[in-house]
Amino acid sequence: MRKGLSSVNLVALTFGFAFLYLPIVLLVIYSFNASQLVTVWGGFSTRWYVSLFHNEQLLEAAWVTVRVGILSATVATVLGTLAAVTLVRMGRFPGRTLFSGMVYAPLVMPEVITGLSMLLLFVAIGLDRGFFTLALAHITFSMCFVAVVVQSRLISFDQSLEEAALDLGCPPFKTFIVITLPIILPAIVSGWMLAFTLSIDDLVISQFTTGPGATTLPMRIYSSVRLGVKPEINAVCTILIAIVTTGVIIASIATKRAENERAKAERAAAAGR
Amino acid sequence: MTDVLTPDPEAPRAIAQAPDASPADVGGGRWKRAALIAVPYVWLLVLFLAPFFIVLKISLSDTVIAQPPYQPVLDLANGWRGVVDWWNGLDFENYQILFEDELYVASYLSSLKIATISTLLTLAIAYPMAYAMARAPKSIRPTLLMAVILPFWTSLLIRVYAWIGILNPEGLLNQFLLWTGIIHEPLYIMNTETAVYIGIVYSYLPFMVLPLYSSLEKLDETLLEAAADLGSPPWRSFWQITVPLSLPGVVAGCFLVFIPACGEFVIPDLLGGSETLMIGKTLYNEFFLNRDWPVSSAIAVLLLLVLVVPIAIYNNIQAKELGGKA
Repeated sequence: MRKGLSSVNLVALTFGFAFLYLPIVLLVIYSFNASQLVTVWGGFSTRWYVSLFHNEQLLEAAWVTVRVGILSATVATVLGTLAAVTLVRMGRFPGRTLFSGMVYAPLVMPEVITGLSMLLLFVAIGLDRGFFTLALAHITFSMCFVAVVVQSRLISFDQSLEEAALDLGCPPFKTFIVITLPIILPAIVSGWMLAFTLSIDDLVISQFTTGPGATTLPMRIYSSVRLGVKPEINAVCTILIAIVTTGVIIASIATKRAENERAKAERAAAAGR
Repeated sequence: MTDVLTPDPEAPRAIAQAPDASPADVGGGRWKRAALIAVPYVWLLVLFLAPFFIVLKISLSDTVIAQPPYQPVLDLANGWRGVVDWWNGLDFENYQILFEDELYVASYLSSLKIATISTLLTLAIAYPMAYAMARAPKSIRPTLLMAVILPFWTSLLIRVYAWIGILNPEGLLNQFLLWTGIIHEPLYIMNTETAVYIGIVYSYLPFMVLPLYSSLEKLDETLLEAAADLGSPPWRSFWQITVPLSLPGVVAGCFLVFIPACGEFVIPDLLGGSETLMIGKTLYNEFFLNRDWPVSSAIAVLLLLVLVVPIAIYNNIQAKELGGKA
């Protein structure tokens, strides 16, 4: 396709991005509203941020959310990477079709179904609902996202590097650790971040699988949103948006840099041959 | 039910047959390889697949006021008799309820309608965006891509919440329109189906733009140049070259939006009104407000049956997409 933007293209981009960002920008702006009424501008103020830090319930929910997020993202990254390696490098094995189906289906499965089915499993095996079941549920859906991210990296890199190591007598496990792992590391890191974000953002699956004492931030936000828009909620949302945005931008810059350096090193190695 | 999770066998076979010098195959031993496969496999079997069979089982049970709130409960302490009693206690009564009560049938139909219309609306907004992104100078493309992905990382709940402040009768949209003098009475969009459409289109837009962009970006420019040299006007090249070649992206994007939108709960719950019926919301209310586990399980089973075909097609595309490059 001939490159260069026509005025129609510019209109499409402007309209599209305005649609994507305007609501979020307005939400952030109104979190600094001095007025109690959310939609009437009463001057600039940070009072809602101050009142957040005195809201015990919200702080406790935030702590639960972060703990579940870190635990589930870490386990999901290990399992998701194993699943990706299985799909790309294990060739044929019995039940492969079922396995790839189980990896891709959670990506589009409506959350109410996943949530309900996991809850019924926990009840059936007599597991007390709470922090632990919440983490189990989060691991299960986020490992599939990690698997897809790592899988696309595994199939795009030069396999001859692995083959060379194996030909030189390096044992398979060591080859994986020394050659494969460093190459797919950026994908593993972004997989972890994706899993962490999915976990701290999740509402529906958490509602089903949690129990007393394990209320997460989205659950708290949801129950107060049902009662109406409040400036304090705008402030919590703004903080969450800020954390996620900074994390994503830093990670993408770091990944880009790591990839560039690797490409440079590979070119240098090729030139030296 | 396993069909839901089993994509077309053709696609993964293609990957399986791809020549591979897998490090685990060379030496290492079969046991290590089997153990490696078994860890994620067993995890998904136990925590993803097995629960569906439990849902199916409970959908055939009766509602009781007890803990757990359904019966029969499989009692292995009674040996074979326990199994027989349990089996005899299962019936299709809950499904009968679903088909007899208009609420459920209407919820299913309305979900399909809302999901279809919002998928088409999303496509209409996403296609020009993705097209423009693919034509943008190479240097700014990663930034544009990032800008599309970023909202996806922000919680769905937060993005839906943002719209409440905009769409309320005294919200920002009405304030703006009243101020400009375009309208003289506030618009009542909040708590209507229109608000649900806006919410779904907004929330799922990145899912549509990304696959469209990746198929449009791969498009071979020389095809369009050749068409132009042969005297084809741009609109004709667009319809006969660009559109057909971007179809895989269109199909993938539509499924990525349609399937989750069908079972959406947060958007109809927060933006829709009491007359906006969607099956995800009905299931949630049946479970949390009425505490009727067997009926909510039956709703889930029927929703899965409706989505089996789209999910299988989607899985097939995924496996091909990721397997094709291997």
